Amino acid sequence: MAKADLSAAWIFFFLTLPCVFHPERMLWLLFFLVSAIHAELCQPGAENAFKVRLSIRTALGDKAYAWDTNEEYLFKAMVAFSMRKVPNREATEISHVLLCNVTQRVSFWFVVTDPSKNHTLPAVEVQSAIRMNKNRINNAFFLNDQTLEFLKIPSTLAPPMDPSVPIWIIIFGVIFCIVIVAIALLILSGIWQRRRKNKEPSEVDDAEDKCENMITIENGIPSDPLDMKGGHINDAFMTEDERLTPL
Amino acid sequence: MEKARPLWANSLQFVFACISYAVGLGNVWRFPYLCQMYGGGSFLVPYIIMLIVEGMPLLYLELAVGQRMRQGSIGAWRTISPYLSGVGVASVVVSFFLSMYYNVINAWAFWYLFHSFQDPLPWSVCPLNGNHTGYDEECEKASSTQYFWYRKTLNISPSLQENGGVQWEPALCLLLAWLVVYLCILRGTESTGKVVYFTASLPYCVLIIYLIRGLTLHGATNGLMYMFTPKIEQLANPKAWINAATQIFFSLGLGFGSLIAFASYNEPSNNCQKHAIIVSLINSFTSIFASIVTFSIYGFKATFNYENCLKKVSLLLTNTFDLEDGFLTASNLEQVKGYLASAYPSKYSEMFPQIKNCSLESELDTAVQGTGLAFIVYTEAIKNMEVSQLWSVLYFFMLLMLGIGSMLGNTAAILTPLTDSKIISSHLPKEAISGLVCLVNCAIGMVFTMEAGNYWFDIFNDYAATLSLLLIVLVETIAVCYVYGLRRFESDLKAMTGRAVSWYWKVMWAGVSPLLIVSLFVFYLSDYILMGTLKYQAWDASQGQLVTKDYPAYALAVIGLLVASSTMCIPLAALGTFVQRRLKRGDADPVA
Repeated sequence: MAKADLSAAWIFFFLTLPCVFHPERMLWLLFFLVSAIHAELCQPGAENAFKVRLSIRTALGDKAYAWDTNEEYLFKAMVAFSMRKVPNREATEISHVLLCNVTQRVSFWFVVTDPSKNHTLPAVEVQSAIRMNKNRINNAFFLNDQTLEFLKIPSTLAPPMDPSVPIWIIIFGVIFCIVIVAIALLILSGIWQRRRKNKEPSEVDDAEDKCENMITIENGIPSDPLDMKGGHINDAFMTEDERLTPL
Repeated sequence: MEKARPLWANSLQFVFACISYAVGLGNVWRFPYLCQMYGGGSFLVPYIIMLIVEGMPLLYLELAVGQRMRQGSIGAWRTISPYLSGVGVASVVVSFFLSMYYNVINAWAFWYLFHSFQDPLPWSVCPLNGNHTGYDEECEKASSTQYFWYRKTLNISPSLQENGGVQWEPALCLLLAWLVVYLCILRGTESTGKVVYFTASLPYCVLIIYLIRGLTLHGATNGLMYMFTPKIEQLANPKAWINAATQIFFSLGLGFGSLIAFASYNEPSNNCQKHAIIVSLINSFTSIFASIVTFSIYGFKATFNYENCLKKVSLLLTNTFDLEDGFLTASNLEQVKGYLASAYPSKYSEMFPQIKNCSLESELDTAVQGTGLAFIVYTEAIKNMEVSQLWSVLYFFMLLMLGIGSMLGNTAAILTPLTDSKIISSHLPKEAISGLVCLVNCAIGMVFTMEAGNYWFDIFNDYAATLSLLLIVLVETIAVCYVYGLRRFESDLKAMTGRAVSWYWKVMWAGVSPLLIVSLFVFYLSDYILMGTLKYQAWDASQGQLVTKDYPAYALAVIGLLVASSTMCIPLAALGTFVQRRLKRGDADPVA
């Protein structure tokens, strides 16, 4: 602010001098003065100035583009775009954004001036504007938060996706149900098998009890008088039938 | 009518069951650590010597006892000598302690397995802090994998005294783990015999896949060279030999009664000598194989971290001196550092403290064992691989198979004596006995899901089984050789299998192995006594690293109780039988 006042004083001094100088030369003087003001507004460490650092080769490798004045123009446009979204700053133009001290790193400082080009906009406004549009600025340059850094402007990190039901519970539930069903099946089939085994020996035992006293041996072949067919068929001759040739 | 003892459907099931039991997590997370600590390639020398001198004879002894007596551990030792039934009881008690805490590892493996189906993996990124401007503080100080293990999985408290409550997430996983174990042992050998086909073979499939992937990773050869470069001077270190003996001993799972239980379901004519040699060889081979995989993963992780460190230093230099982006590479870093130091001395010395010295050696030197290796180091390596979800799922599935295979053996050691006992098996069907055992273990295991649960886990892991097992196996060997009689045992085996017992086994059983166990026992005792108060590692959330603390008095009491409850069974049971016999003789005297 003090420097702008000083330059204003110089302008006033020159204007009030008698018209000694040529009008053209005066215009040149004015031009130099204006750029002097601009140069003073944007300086490393100046008030409301921010340092920006790009790591293009780290991000893109072989597809890295060179940083030239056209890229600088795009950067100024993105900053101006971000500022225009702030209420009361819709009139920000690209020419209001000043860049200086571009190094080979690629890093540089920038400030945003107001329409009169005498003052710089407060850092807080610039900060909030950049933060809200950081994603758009990153995408314009194919970079991300790590490769396009605004020092002193912390980026808001994207929170990880949080589904309403954690995925692990779903998988747990599926496996849990499968295991429970398998256990139930095994236990039930074990119970059925045991019931069947308990019934069978008792049936076999009853039949054996009845037969024990009644088995008679005829011609060396034990025949069972309690045969279901009621004694109509003599087992001793059963096999003989098959040796007779059919008529 | 007597119910016939259930048998394995074929001898392959028996071999697979023994392999599945013996090849466990210790092969994956303890052997590589020992290999690294005691001289890399040269550690294989004491390891193989101990295998031949200690591992094979003792394994054959246990299998032979089980096959001959055809009963679980309590019945088998009671048959050998009624005064020694305490050995069987001690085995059951130790197996009970082991199954209590071992299944918690399976619960953690389930937890990680379920979380592997997300993109990105939850342990690869730090969560954000309150106002979303940075990452969570604890996560920044430690690493994202440590944070996920200590905070999200365990939610660990700063010390043993602060118990916290039972965490519902690990509790659910523990419940599931016990249900899976119950499913596998439900029908006895019938179901176990089929499950062991998978639990024995699937880990090898995964290990082979990991071997191929691991060897093709960038930087794997660094790790392999580091591991296998023999440091011959370690052969003179007695600790290397002691640790080799200890590793063989515990890796085969001797003394728990599981091997006796498995062998008791064998046909009497089974050639258990051949099987003993096969199982012990496969166990050792798996250890070496797993350590090749582990070291290629180590190498990858160390190289990755080393290159990251170099990148960070380059970035720092580039930003401070505004050099062109991409100018600094790994090859010219030292040169440029020298040049900058001379050209801008004041600026360089200002930022010098921030420059870390990146060293590949120090990254490789971080030797880790146990749960730290499985859940922190491996996950850190996995998160940097491509398609990390697939590798993560495979890895934790393998851990699960290994863990469940060992759990089958542990529960068999507890259940076989219970189902053998006429009193219990006449009242309850075997499904109910298995269910009760699983339920009791699960309920007690909830202790390990509390906030301080991991500290109790470490207590059980370090003290529940170590001393007791050495004593149990010592008493077993002496019992078979001197109480039962070596000649009698030899003739029993010859009658049973039809093959004579070679002189080598007899020499080992009667002489060398007991001496070895006694020396191991003496070493352990002296180690504990010399150490003074026992200490443990606690996680400090504010610093983001482990700190050493002393055990409180009641924790020491629990440790003492753990060791005493299993070792005291042996003399107490002997005393009990002695008193019983005296009383009987006292009753008989008045009649005579």
